Amino acid sequence: MNWITNYVRPRINSIFSRRETPENLWSKCTECGTMLFHRELSDNLNVCTNCGHHMAITPRARFTALFDNGVFTEIKVPEPLADPLKFRDQKRYPDRMKAARAQTAETEAMLVAEGEIGRTPIVAAAQDFSFMGGSMGMYVGNAIIAAAERAVQAKRPLILFSAAGGARMQEGILSLMQMPRTTVAVQMLKEAGLPYIVVLTHPTTGGVTASYAMLGDVQIAEPNALICFAGPRVIEQTIRETLPEGFQRSEYLLDHGMLDRVTHRSQMRDELISIVRMLMGETPPVKGDLPAPEPAPEPEKLEAPAEDAPADETPKEGDSA
Amino acid sequence: MNYLDFEKPLAEIEGKAEELRAMARREEGMDVEDQAKALDKKAADMLRDLYKDLTPWRKCQIARHPDRPHCRDYIERLFTEYTPLAGDRNFADDQSIMGGLARFNDKPVVVIGHEKGHDTKTRIERNFGMARPEGYRKAVRLMDLADRFNLPVISLVDTPGAYPGKGAEERGQSEAIARSTEKCLQIGVPLVAVIIGEGGSGGAVAFATADRLAMLEHSIYSVISPEGCASILWKDAEKMREAAEALRLTAQDLNKLGVCDHIIKEPLGGAQRDKPATIEAVGKAIEGLLADIGTPSREEIVANRRRKFLDLGSKGLAA
Ligand SMILES: [Zn+2]
Repeated sequence: MNWITNYVRPRINSIFSRRETPENLWSKCTECGTMLFHRELSDNLNVCTNCGHHMAITPRARFTALFDNGVFTEIKVPEPLADPLKFRDQKRYPDRMKAARAQTAETEAMLVAEGEIGRTPIVAAAQDFSFMGGSMGMYVGNAIIAAAERAVQAKRPLILFSAAGGARMQEGILSLMQMPRTTVAVQMLKEAGLPYIVVLTHPTTGGVTASYAMLGDVQIAEPNALICFAGPRVIEQTIRETLPEGFQRSEYLLDHGMLDRVTHRSQMRDELISIVRMLMGETPPVKGDLPAPEPAPEPEKLEAPAEDAPADETPKEGDSA
Repeated sequence: MNYLDFEKPLAEIEGKAEELRAMARREEGMDVEDQAKALDKKAADMLRDLYKDLTPWRKCQIARHPDRPHCRDYIERLFTEYTPLAGDRNFADDQSIMGGLARFNDKPVVVIGHEKGHDTKTRIERNFGMARPEGYRKAVRLMDLADRFNLPVISLVDTPGAYPGKGAEERGQSEAIARSTEKCLQIGVPLVAVIIGEGGSGGAVAFATADRLAMLEHSIYSVISPEGCASILWKDAEKMREAAEALRLTAQDLNKLGVCDHIIKEPLGGAQRDKPATIEAVGKAIEGLLADIGTPSREEIVANRRRKFLDLGSKGLAA
């Protein structure tokens, strides 16, 4: 039993059962076809308990599992101009938006929050594939800029979870302009000397991959995620040959030197804590069972802690739970 | 002369006039000049009508016209001492992106551009202007060079998009584009970009992320090709006319949206009808935009450029 299980799981369960899940719902693994009891699946962070396939997870569920005790504060994202092109295909863009909002109960395709992971303050942003394919439009651009600004202001690392089919066509050129805009956001972090960690999840493609999702100090991917600029179908049409097994999947990219790591969702939190603490020059994290944090008795010690008693076992000032 | 679909009636009239004149040259004593002149006039009127209110889809076709002046033509005529610099120092030299040192009005600059090629052989060599990661990495090298030696960068954008290929993906197409865009936003020297034909998505952003962006009157800049957009949103690639309309990808609409800073007028009938005049107009525009940027400090240049992009998105278009 670890700390996540003790402290976070009850919250996840309560959120899932309240929001969307009748007790008897089963879902089918999109990879192996196994029928999975919904509760079992959400307890396992939407990773198939049979084959280990990583299915989509909403930003809210991800944050609940990521942040200490599932506690996080949302960061407000400046609302962009609605429907700047008066775009209409077979449907009007505002109608597509309305449908996406109704379906996801979210405002847009990215959620930004701050909180602590392993007692380390961070800002996190997560893209929501279920909201119009996670597509990057002006809101997503604003969200990343807001996340970067908050991270710089509070001197925290930014962890970004990407998931998108690419840019949002309904915003035309203004969606394309999120490539340079989000790049400016990344530059703010770099110039402030703050870590920017990207976790690429399935799928991350197009203009998203070709901008903020590939500019991390550390690039981690979830297993078997499709990560590319041009999708496999487009490539097959262009070169007229079949692509190799696993092409453009996380492990393939790792082999080709395009990623630092491929990490299972269940290990992601610990790994992120470890990485950001090292990059921020903090003491080693405490893993495993943790007592509920108590009020800090005294300010941070300056001398090196004894090996078996890491300094941050006693929380620092400002920690809360 | 290559005619576009919508120019077919024009092709007929211009062809007839030419035929008449050829006939008159063969058969002595035959006077066709009156007739030919009448046809010329008809053709000129038709050209004016055709180009008066171009639909976005027609503009796409003009932007892709094979006879338009390409990057190489601009470099030859607008720059002196052009010294191509090649390679990404990692893998290859990508011929679809050309660039190097040159003088513009005698001042040293770095010029970078997509080159599509002008016949079958050169089109294949240039991969139709679709760059692979090596191309963007070469662009990054050139921008770095410009930055270190305080030379302005002039970029000429003309690409259907980054190349969607197996090797390109394996060697990090996305990362290469992202780094090139990042470099555009880092360099402390003026950066002027001109879209001379097609500004295809991320492959264009990679060096169109400039202090000033000019577009030729019939050029386009879009998040996706109209055909691609049609096949995704309309589930029918043949709906490209509708998609071109909806995407608002013309220089005129992009100017209203604040993405394009300056529109460069093309000769009547498009750049392909008068290359020298087009190239000269582009030269004048670059001159004006460089002057407009002025000589701010390196820090101010970077800050202004970033501010420009952060501020984008406040203007919308009417239905
Ligand atoms: Zn499975």
